[in-house]
Amino acid sequence: MNSLTRRFFTVSTLALGLGFGASAYAADIELRFYYPVAVGGPITKIIDEYAAGFEKDNPGIKIKPVYAGDYVQTIGKALTAVKGGDAPELAILLAADITSLVDEDAVVPVDDVIKTPADKAWVEGFYPAFMENAKLKGKTYAIPFQRSTPVLYWNKEMFKAAGLDPDKGPKDWNEMRDFAKKLTKKDASGAVTQWGIEIPSDGNSLWLFTGLTTGNGVRINNAEGTKVNFADPKVVEALQYWYDLSKVDGAQPAGLINWGTTPRDFIEGRTAMMWHTTGNLTNVKNNAKFPFGIGFLPGKTQFGAPTGGGNFYFFKGMSAEKQAAALAFVKYMTTPERAADWSTKTGYVATQPAAYETPAMKAYAADFPAAIIARDQLKYAVPEMTVHENQRVTKLANDAIQAVMTGAKPADAALKDAQAEAERVLKDFN
Amino acid sequence: MNTLRLSLYGWLMVLPAATLLALFTHIPVVESFVHSFMSTDKPKRPSRFVGLDNYDSLVADPIFWKALTNNLIYALGSVPLSIAIAMMMALFVNDKLAGRSFLRVAYFTPTILPMIAVANIWIFFFTPDYGLLEQILKPLGLGGNNFLGSNNTALLAVTIVAIWKESGFFMIFYLAALQQISPDLKEAAAIEGAGRFTFFRRVTFPLLMPTTLFVMVNALINAFRVVDHIFVMTGGGPNNATSVLLFRIYEVGFKYFDFGLASAMTVVLLCVLGLVALGQFFALDRRVHYQ
Amino acid sequence: MKALRMLGRGVEQGAAWLLGLLWLLPLVFAVWTAFHSPAYMAHFSFTAPLTLENFKNAWQAAPFARYFLNTTLLVIGILIAQFTLCTLAAFAFARLPFVGSRLLFALVLIQLMVAPDILLLENYSAIKMLGLMDTLPGIALPYLASAFGIFLLRQTFLTIPKDLEEAARIEGCGPFGTLWRVYVPIARPIYVAYGLVSVSWHWNNFLWPLIITNSVETRPLTVGLAVFASSDQGIDWSVITAATLMTSAPLLIGFLLFQRQFVQSFVRAGIR
Repeated sequence: MNSLTRRFFTVSTLALGLGFGASAYAADIELRFYYPVAVGGPITKIIDEYAAGFEKDNPGIKIKPVYAGDYVQTIGKALTAVKGGDAPELAILLAADITSLVDEDAVVPVDDVIKTPADKAWVEGFYPAFMENAKLKGKTYAIPFQRSTPVLYWNKEMFKAAGLDPDKGPKDWNEMRDFAKKLTKKDASGAVTQWGIEIPSDGNSLWLFTGLTTGNGVRINNAEGTKVNFADPKVVEALQYWYDLSKVDGAQPAGLINWGTTPRDFIEGRTAMMWHTTGNLTNVKNNAKFPFGIGFLPGKTQFGAPTGGGNFYFFKGMSAEKQAAALAFVKYMTTPERAADWSTKTGYVATQPAAYETPAMKAYAADFPAAIIARDQLKYAVPEMTVHENQRVTKLANDAIQAVMTGAKPADAALKDAQAEAERVLKDFN
Repeated sequence: MNTLRLSLYGWLMVLPAATLLALFTHIPVVESFVHSFMSTDKPKRPSRFVGLDNYDSLVADPIFWKALTNNLIYALGSVPLSIAIAMMMALFVNDKLAGRSFLRVAYFTPTILPMIAVANIWIFFFTPDYGLLEQILKPLGLGGNNFLGSNNTALLAVTIVAIWKESGFFMIFYLAALQQISPDLKEAAAIEGAGRFTFFRRVTFPLLMPTTLFVMVNALINAFRVVDHIFVMTGGGPNNATSVLLFRIYEVGFKYFDFGLASAMTVVLLCVLGLVALGQFFALDRRVHYQ
Repeated sequence: MKALRMLGRGVEQGAAWLLGLLWLLPLVFAVWTAFHSPAYMAHFSFTAPLTLENFKNAWQAAPFARYFLNTTLLVIGILIAQFTLCTLAAFAFARLPFVGSRLLFALVLIQLMVAPDILLLENYSAIKMLGLMDTLPGIALPYLASAFGIFLLRQTFLTIPKDLEEAARIEGCGPFGTLWRVYVPIARPIYVAYGLVSVSWHWNNFLWPLIITNSVETRPLTVGLAVFASSDQGIDWSVITAATLMTSAPLLIGFLLFQRQFVQSFVRAGIR
């Protein structure tokens, strides 16, 4: 984004912010707001700006952002504070942590906080794909804020060199496999100099894997978050496909592929395609010296992608007055204009259709059409796995994926083991 | 001054340290045992006595067994090698080699670098395709490795980093011991025509035995305590191939908030350390007779 | 025979240097990467232009100044408290025949085996109970009464002749006076040694502060670096190595300047 458009955004948000309803509060209300970011840097600056803007419009309310580390550290801190009777008023935590927060009795349903029909309409204005794991047992517990989804990146120059249409990414599994094979290059000694594709498989690999399973028309957990479906033949098939890209086709590096180094590999031309978060758009755009394309994650029977990222949660123990103030702040943070501003500055997906109708977003999209792909993919998106004991069950799945990708276990056996373990962990919830 | 007053002073001076030690070492050891028999505190299910439930879950948890096995391999891999390298370094530096002060600095530097920081550098060494090791191995036709990303090599990689980090530290103890060996011994050996290697085998090595024992105990303790680089390099992966006890305790305790299970694991770790202490006790006992 | 010995010597020399270079390699690489633009990361070239850009980027990307302050306050605080607590305890164990001293000393030594790091679950609960979560004292507290320090100082105090003490006593000094005027000055080299070991240990400590801190205001360098390096957007080696060097720089420079004292201190602390 060039500086001119950025200035335009700032001005327009400011103007809109000023027009936003000024509520009158007599005494100062302080809202502590846990935000998961590891470092200072640009993101905290944006959050600070928003908070300052809100305080200006709402005299009497003070926002105190607490930058608490990554998601895991932030939820740890929030839960510790709850147990110590010192809960914050608001926090942005993983969407998938909803079960943990409800099981720990730490948060209040949004339904209890909102009062008017207008509030209700506001809650209904977000993308359904994002709202899916903001709800549990018929109640809404969260408001989407910083949400992401993975997309397929491809190197147009390499496509051209391999005789492929540089403007078209693969549309399904067969094509992706076929393209990947064509794009893999070896030197005289047989060592690979250019990989066809990289789908990162270390760390939280389940997230990207959910893209594969969804593309094969299968869900890995039930809506109540009490059951998982790891051993389903379609899940096994998806994992086998992923493994075969390395093992059978030799188009993807063997062993685990590092999440952190994959964008570098793509930028340096070591891989022709990669699956990665939209959060990397700006990074790739600024550093890649070649034209690149962005597309939906190809599926076998349908498109499919996971959503991830964080939502706003309201904590228990607030006075009615504080609840109203907290609601006002969350509403301020999620207006279409601010969602558009946030999205263009960070690469997160804007959380509601209205944000894409704002002039700011339209201008950005005209400048950089790839930004719209992520939104369009939402039609096919499902939430990342959200079950009780989420961290634990997620790890079981990650371990199974890693075992398969490193060749330690066949896909069906690994997923069967993970299923058995997950059922043991979840037995108290069934 | 009478004995009573001296005694009073004694207690007074020890009291602050003793209180803190009790608070952060002795009571926690006891509490670990107690909590390993209790369920984890949850809002809807408060902590209660559950007997051996946590231990049953532990025995049923394949990741625990993997972490325990990994930790033993990690210990058996890093302890003898870092001791051997440390001894070699001390001998090098103790001999009048050219550039010995440079060598001493080179060997010792890893000791003062933060593990968490150097782990980042080591990641680059082990990175596939363009990492340093790959760049060396590729021309030899041994390329295509993914050291941190495969089951066979990940544990080896983190073990190597531990050896690199600790050898220089242990070198110091050997250096101190070597400097106390009388030069007369060396002269006597030279007169008898004993070669350098014979001298090492027959004189130096046995004289270093107490130091070796001391270093070994420390290295063993460290093998169960030094896990910082695992956080950065592998996060315990792939598929728990580099998960060790303390790392797993962190994971269960502070990611899953299952303190009951984590306490049971802490007890296992305490027992392992107890065994090391017992071993040291008997070895020391023998040494006393030997001398 | 002589030729053989020469050969042996040559081999030893070669091996020693090879090992030395191998041991320095990570550091050399870090310096190389940190002072060059990312393009030269994996391509070695003598003509590559030097740059400080990476340091600038790293410094701006995270509140390192604050982290430096936190770590400095932490290690100084720990050092002062350790000196005080361990000196008092060591003196009592060495020179004051009080009831239960042998049993108590044995209990102290347990900490040599069971470091506070191992007990992170219970220590976390203790710190939470004391209301010291996310504070510098919370990070420091479990380490203040150091068995290593008590042991080291006690051994030193035991070697100090009692005659000196008598002289002080005649001048009317109580136990505290004797300790301050006689024992502490004589043990000075041991304090330096222990101090260096303590500072380098706590500068580098990671796991415990990771658990106990949550905010920029308390986070030490090591934790700051770890959260900095684990980025969602991929690894930028140049910036990370720059940050890595930055965090280790004070210790590293101190070590290079005073390496003889450093090594000697570790030797002293190590012999016991």
